[in-house]
Amino acid sequence: MTRVPLRPLARILEARRKGENPDAIERENIRLRHEEMRDRARQRAEGRLLVLGLFFFCAFTVVGARMGLMAASVPEEPRSSASTSEITALRADIVDRNGKILATNLQTHSLYAQPPQMVDPVGAAAALAAIFPDLDKDKLEKQFTGDRKFIWIKKVLSPEQQQMVHDIGEPGLLFGPREMRLYPNGPLAAHILGGYGFGREGVYAAEVIGTAGVEKQFDDFLRDPANNGKPLELSLDVTIQAAMEEILAGGMKLMNAKGATGVLMDSLTGEIVAMASLPDFDPNDRPVPLTKGDPSDSPLFNRAVQGLYELGSTFKIFAAAQAMELGLLNANTLVDADAPMKWGKFTIREFRNHNYGPLLSVTDVIVKSSNVGTARIALQIGKTRQQEFLKSLGLFDPTPVELFEAPYAKPLVPEKWSEIHTITVSYGHGLSASPLHLAAAYATVTNGGTKVTPTLVKQPYRIPGKRVISAETSAAARHMLRAVVTRGTASFGEVEGYAVAGKTGTADKPKPTGGYYDDKVIATFASVFPAHDPKYVLIVSLDEPVETSGERPRRTAGWTAVPVAAEIIRRVAPLLGLRPEIEPEGANGVTKG
Amino acid sequence: MKSLAFVLSILGVMGLAFWAYSENYKTQHALNEVEKLQRRIGHLRETRSVLRAEWAYLNRPDRLRDLASLNFKSLRLVPLSPTQFGRVEQIAYPQPERDPLTALLEEPVHTAANTPDDEELLP
Repeated sequence: MTRVPLRPLARILEARRKGENPDAIERENIRLRHEEMRDRARQRAEGRLLVLGLFFFCAFTVVGARMGLMAASVPEEPRSSASTSEITALRADIVDRNGKILATNLQTHSLYAQPPQMVDPVGAAAALAAIFPDLDKDKLEKQFTGDRKFIWIKKVLSPEQQQMVHDIGEPGLLFGPREMRLYPNGPLAAHILGGYGFGREGVYAAEVIGTAGVEKQFDDFLRDPANNGKPLELSLDVTIQAAMEEILAGGMKLMNAKGATGVLMDSLTGEIVAMASLPDFDPNDRPVPLTKGDPSDSPLFNRAVQGLYELGSTFKIFAAAQAMELGLLNANTLVDADAPMKWGKFTIREFRNHNYGPLLSVTDVIVKSSNVGTARIALQIGKTRQQEFLKSLGLFDPTPVELFEAPYAKPLVPEKWSEIHTITVSYGHGLSASPLHLAAAYATVTNGGTKVTPTLVKQPYRIPGKRVISAETSAAARHMLRAVVTRGTASFGEVEGYAVAGKTGTADKPKPTGGYYDDKVIATFASVFPAHDPKYVLIVSLDEPVETSGERPRRTAGWTAVPVAAEIIRRVAPLLGLRPEIEPEGANGVTKG
Repeated sequence: MKSLAFVLSILGVMGLAFWAYSENYKTQHALNEVEKLQRRIGHLRETRSVLRAEWAYLNRPDRLRDLASLNFKSLRLVPLSPTQFGRVEQIAYPQPERDPLTALLEEPVHTAANTPDDEELLP
């Protein structure tokens, strides 16, 4: 570039000659030079802007075109990626603690009809009615010849039925794939598993949803594809559950009972190893719930969880344990047990108007199951402390067990807790709880004194609960319960090698109209074994049992529930891997402090 | 020189095009194969789930109990009882295996000298 001089000599000289200021020439030249520079810079900036604009235009065009293309393209599954997961759309299995299947899925077909495509609607209706006895021929005929374009006929077909329908050769009868839930063990653990139903239904698929029990409680978990088909592991043991149900059914028949329930719980972890309620049902063919009358008459009713009963004398140990924990007395303290006892307008009597008094040691109050003795102990404790203790055992709230029905079974507690309630509740009247509540409370009192939360899900390790009573009190309570079996009301409960400890409870059933029946009882046996090293808690409860081998019918738990429970322990303890042991001499007889 | 490079590069491009073409077909083939395998895996999984269900159904405690009582004569199966627990001390130590030749030598041999008949004959 040629630079123009700012002060060209020729012009300067001329300006001087004319008497003008030569500086003006320089300023003029500077101005011109700046103008030129500015023009060049603008040109360059404009060029850059244009290039940038073009670039952006192209980029956005590409993005837009790509979006349009993607929006217009047909969705396609990735073909090359290897599928590491199972078919995750399936509902997960439910298995027991050893991995045995309790619930799984099966591929079947549903049957539907499209009348417009039918060749011979009348013949098809007749043929279908011949295959399925529960279908009505006339109704089907009416549906097939009517205006409807689509009719569901059967939700689930067996392969044989499908073949028979196929053999009709009617083009208007069509099959859709259906996944159904299968409970291979039939009625085993029916109340825990619950049942299934179909949710939203389409021709090609239907939603399988849980309708009760763990199926409903864990519906989200079982349906979650993110679990990748991981089964739900319950704490149940199929073998033990089967043995318990068998013996319970036999016992129920032998004792002429209306119903029976059993809960076997690991007293350290709170895992429910077996839980049965009879009569039961087959979850593969779940009966319809009762719409009127007493729900407990339906086989769907889970007595172990939903059944709220006054559990009778089984509660006595709670009063004794609390009094020992508070230091009010020890196992050998003598208490007033002079029957009958007058309290205001009420009279507290013993069983068959016995009188075990005037004085009984606390152990003998439990062994002889003295109502009056327990009432005196409860009065020493006082109503506030009694309520607090029972609350800490979980007897005031629904059990937190993972069943859909559990939160609705809230124990029935006296609304206004007066002195007389303190007395009656101490021997198990006036407070209704479920057998599962009792199992958890017994586990808490006897396992060394830490709170047990019942659960149906397999626990990988034990998390010790809050301390409720001291280990010494717990050992003393176990010793008392052991004495009930060795020389008390539960003498039929002795099982050699397993040192059973427990307490019987016989409560009159309340009439729906008020008052109590004379000849209808709930007989309960709450037991712990082995007494010197508590591992399991077993609750057996019979509804309206009568034992008729003697001269007059016997209804007490010692004659009805206890032999059944003993038989269950005899069968189940070896299956639990418990080796029969000789009870260490005085191992739980000596209480420290 | 220039034309040689030109020809070579054209040949190179043709070669690469041919390679890409065959690779594309190979990929398509592999994808089809994968799809087929996945379908088979799906079928096998379905079969397995049916078999598992059937296995569980055949092993249900009710049925096993009935079978055990039906075949009591030949199997003599009874429910597990507390008496069936043993201790390690109750099991005998395994006998050391004996050499068959030594065993044969140690066996008493009936000879004329020690036959019982012989003794009877003695006064």
